Amino acid sequence: MLTNFAALEVGQHLYWQIGNIRLHGQVFLTSWILLGALLVFISLGTKKMENDPKGLQNLLEFLWDYIRDLARTQIGEKVYRDWMPFIGTLFLFVFVSNWGGALIPWRLIKLPSGELGAPTADINTTIALALLVSLSYFYAGLSNKGWRYFEYYVHPTPIMLPFKILEDFTKPLSLSFRLFGNILADELVVGVLVFLVPLILPIPVMFLGLFTSAIQALIFATLAAYYIGEAVEEHH
Amino acid sequence: MLAFNFFGATEGGLFDINATLPLMAIQVVALTYILNSLFFKPVGNVVEKREKFVSNNIIEAKNKLSEVKKLEADLLTQLQSARTEAQRIVSEAENESDKLYKEALELANNEANASKEKARLEIESQTSAARDQLSKQADDLSELIVNRLILEK
Repeated sequence: MLTNFAALEVGQHLYWQIGNIRLHGQVFLTSWILLGALLVFISLGTKKMENDPKGLQNLLEFLWDYIRDLARTQIGEKVYRDWMPFIGTLFLFVFVSNWGGALIPWRLIKLPSGELGAPTADINTTIALALLVSLSYFYAGLSNKGWRYFEYYVHPTPIMLPFKILEDFTKPLSLSFRLFGNILADELVVGVLVFLVPLILPIPVMFLGLFTSAIQALIFATLAAYYIGEAVEEHH
Repeated sequence: MLAFNFFGATEGGLFDINATLPLMAIQVVALTYILNSLFFKPVGNVVEKREKFVSNNIIEAKNKLSEVKKLEADLLTQLQSARTEAQRIVSEAENESDKLYKEALELANNEANASKEKARLEIESQTSAARDQLSKQADDLSELIVNRLILEK
């Protein structure tokens, strides 16, 4: 029973077949549960908004302020408002996914194949997020500066052109693999330790995992905001 | 157990990329809109309203404070001028009384001098009158003595 509880399953998925497309069911299951919890939490907190914040509203306002500061410092005073919901959603999604994956004992729920875990430990999720960031900064640059956005590629000298083009590929790559690698590695380390020594020893690593999870969410949101800020920045 | 099935896997693997990716992207975009209307907008409205309220109050308080300072300065100058005015009145009164005192003193002195002079003159005239009378009496007496002496002879 214990070995079953602690068994490692890497790279196995719960496949859903819809027509001829295949989905990783466990990713959607956990993400729906976690996002549902997040939405319930937010609905409860914003149900009765008062000028004198109490309880949940206080926490949500703190969160809002935190996200605003993040967006404002990275994107700049002028357009941070347009991008704050996106940056905040990225932060909340990654944070809730990471922590949800680390805190909830998903392994207790048996699936026919694969296992439940952090949605961000699946490469599809992180690539989806990273590509959204790429699309966003292109859109932000083009909508704010028009064709002048491409001046960015030859700024400060045209020698930068190949590197800047390369960056457009390395940005989503590094974003997605950083998040994916960190969360998967954390799950694997905890899984292996639980498998080897099921008592006490994994606890510090679990705490480290919580720390890493929070940091990764912050890093992802900060970098996304930074890329958008870079795209809308005016060169003089 | 550790099934590392890399790229090109038909079934499973860590890097098994399939329709999960676009669907997850759509889900995140939808989440962005939901969170925007459920969280970012309402909380933002409340927080910004409060921030505006607080900053308005601060500006108002600052205005009031500067007004108070202005009034205080006004009052201070008024107080200052009142003080100098009072000083002036006091010194004027002092001068006045001094002058009156001096005048009265002079008047009294003059009067005293005059009566002294008068008395002196009177004394002098009386003295000379007395001296005249005395010398006349002496003359009379000497004449009387002379006459008596002559008659006796």
